[in-house]
Amino acid sequence: MSVEQETFVDRYPQEAELVRRAFLVAFTALGLGALFGIIQALHRTNVLRFIPSTDYYTVLTAHGVLMVIVFTIFYLVGLYQWAITRSLDRSPTNINFTRAWLTLMTVGSALTGITILLGFVDQVGISADVLFTFYAPLQAHPLFYTGLVVFIIGTWLAGVDWFRTWLHWKQDNPDERIPLQTFMVLTSMIMWYVATIGVAVATLFFLLPWSLGFIETVNPLLTRTLFWFFGHPVVYFWLLPAYMLWYTVLPKLAGGRLFSDPLARVVFVLFVLLSTPVGIHHQYVDPGIAEGFKFIAMTNTMFLLLPSLLTAFTVVASMEHGARQRGGEGLFGWLTVLPWRDPAFTGMALAGLMFAAGGFSGMINAGMNINYLIHNTIWVPGHFHLTVGTAVALTFMAGTYWLWPQLTNRRIYSRPIGLLQVVMWFGGMALMSNSMHVAGLYGVPRRTAEPEYAGFDFNTAFGSISELNIQLAVGGTLLFVSTLLFLGNLGLSMGNPKVEGLGQSLPEPLSGASDSPRVLDNMKLWAGIALLLVALAYVLPLGAIIQNGGLFGMGGDAYPVSVLGAFDGLDAVRELLGVVR
Amino acid sequence: MHIHQYEKLWLGMSLLLIVGFIATITYGAVGVGVTMVDDSGGNVNPNALDEHPEFSDPGVEQVGENEYEAHVVARQFIFQPDPIVVPANSTVTFYVTSADVIHGFSVVGTNANTMVIPGEVSEVTVEVNEAGEYGLICHEYCGSGHHTMEGILRVVPEGEYNSSDGGEQ
Repeated sequence: MSVEQETFVDRYPQEAELVRRAFLVAFTALGLGALFGIIQALHRTNVLRFIPSTDYYTVLTAHGVLMVIVFTIFYLVGLYQWAITRSLDRSPTNINFTRAWLTLMTVGSALTGITILLGFVDQVGISADVLFTFYAPLQAHPLFYTGLVVFIIGTWLAGVDWFRTWLHWKQDNPDERIPLQTFMVLTSMIMWYVATIGVAVATLFFLLPWSLGFIETVNPLLTRTLFWFFGHPVVYFWLLPAYMLWYTVLPKLAGGRLFSDPLARVVFVLFVLLSTPVGIHHQYVDPGIAEGFKFIAMTNTMFLLLPSLLTAFTVVASMEHGARQRGGEGLFGWLTVLPWRDPAFTGMALAGLMFAAGGFSGMINAGMNINYLIHNTIWVPGHFHLTVGTAVALTFMAGTYWLWPQLTNRRIYSRPIGLLQVVMWFGGMALMSNSMHVAGLYGVPRRTAEPEYAGFDFNTAFGSISELNIQLAVGGTLLFVSTLLFLGNLGLSMGNPKVEGLGQSLPEPLSGASDSPRVLDNMKLWAGIALLLVALAYVLPLGAIIQNGGLFGMGGDAYPVSVLGAFDGLDAVRELLGVVR
Repeated sequence: MHIHQYEKLWLGMSLLLIVGFIATITYGAVGVGVTMVDDSGGNVNPNALDEHPEFSDPGVEQVGENEYEAHVVARQFIFQPDPIVVPANSTVTFYVTSADVIHGFSVVGTNANTMVIPGEVSEVTVEVNEAGEYGLICHEYCGSGHHTMEGILRVVPEGEYNSSDGGEQ
């Protein structure tokens, strides 16, 4: 029993401290991101305005980068550090190395974040109003790209750290199967290494030298394609930690055990293989890419539905198993005995439910020719606020309610507030996302500060655009309040006394690792096949883009010209150093 | 590897769904003939549009009995020409390029929708039916004035279309 009651922080105090540090950065970004989120929701619906519309895009850039780069990925590294330490029952080989990559990631995020926020202060002359996608020839200050590079190097080193810990563990345990959580960490990182090739090449070889004035021009289609090479798998990088929580923590919360360990492994391997050779589905309506390449991306994308559909099965089956262990009966009667008062459980269950809805709108997006109707309409953010904005974000918050006591030995301040918070998120998102999907079908674009145009009106099939706007604003407000409740609840928890006996263990799956073929644990094999598939999907289109449009494009200027203005590269470096100092 | 019977059933149904989706899309492409924007438009130097035979004077021209070509330039924060005037019940091929950053070109409420990327020419062929005015918007963020970037696609009755004005009216 004594082992049962030991928490993670009891056993690994230094590691727990680093996990908390990663979560602190993640939740700071979440709070700021939510603030920018509500400003947008109220501004673009014309409900409440206190910034000029030209600043809207600085807000939008900050919201995007803080939420989907800083919040999600810092939560990921915290969770994965916990998971690999816990599941291997082993400290990092050198914890100073762990500290170093976390620091690098933090410095990179701060550089990029501050550069974006300086966009509000016109006098400084530094800006990065380029949105999360930073499409050239829109240009950001070099510090924006530098921060991004530093951040990504930090994540690469995190992967090195985890692989090293695993390899040392393997030397001591040569015949054992990789524990499931470690398996998830390692496969996620293989996917990440493959995915970040695109953004690393785009940033290091093109965008950063271009922003410093070392090269005159870039090929906008090339850097855009390289962005989406990274831009689609990154969504699975957000999602996989949520999957880890659904597979390994949710069954415990439901009172049962994971249905199948082998299938969980298959799902993660499928993500390694299929998540990158699909990025061109973001470019279905791009010129300069032949239809055949779009068709290949489309079929790969459709097959990516498979791991998520398998996950839906396993998660629901595990919940049902847990409910029946608690005495639940009947075809659907078992649902009533689930622990709905537990915010960790309810948050994850609601997040899973919304992910199903997000999956359906994603199937529309993936439909190459159907995509014409909704491409770059507000339907698209409607979709990804269900996926990353709920399936991921709500699962992370719900998971925190369970994990935080393991990291601090303190109870959560209030479970009822936690429950209210997760339900409010679900309700707010239902309203906001619904209105965005519907408005998108009427042709309302995404990424714009104004609800209306001067020369024409949007036609609605039913209801009105102003009704949809109100729905969006109300939903956004609920989401903002929900975020405040989450952060407040967590902050107040730090005032709770430290207690003993909060430790919880995670149960073994019904069908264990020994039921799955050993080949699933062959990381080199999966990495090799993943690279091969990426080469098949990308070598020809990238070659064609370079051949037709030139490695550095056909000419053209950077915008805004004032980012570095008249400075040449050397001056730019001096200015850069000056800012850092 | 042990797979539960229900899992097998679910796996089979999932694969069926996926194949069904791919079949639907393929039918849309091959059967209905919804083609994708592709690389057929070619490339241009965005800084040399003034010297381009078509984009230097963007507009609409008749190229067949009921067929028209519209050359459109998107730039911060306008479309040229504006309005774009085409006759009803015709086939119009748009050639759209950008003079500066990445833009979007979307006729609101229709599926005429393409990205506009400097250096590339987007070619989109659409069937124009009834007369009327359609909003034309840039749907990709293109700078601080992005929300003001709009235009009009004016579809006029066949008799009222004057081919000599290049659709610039």
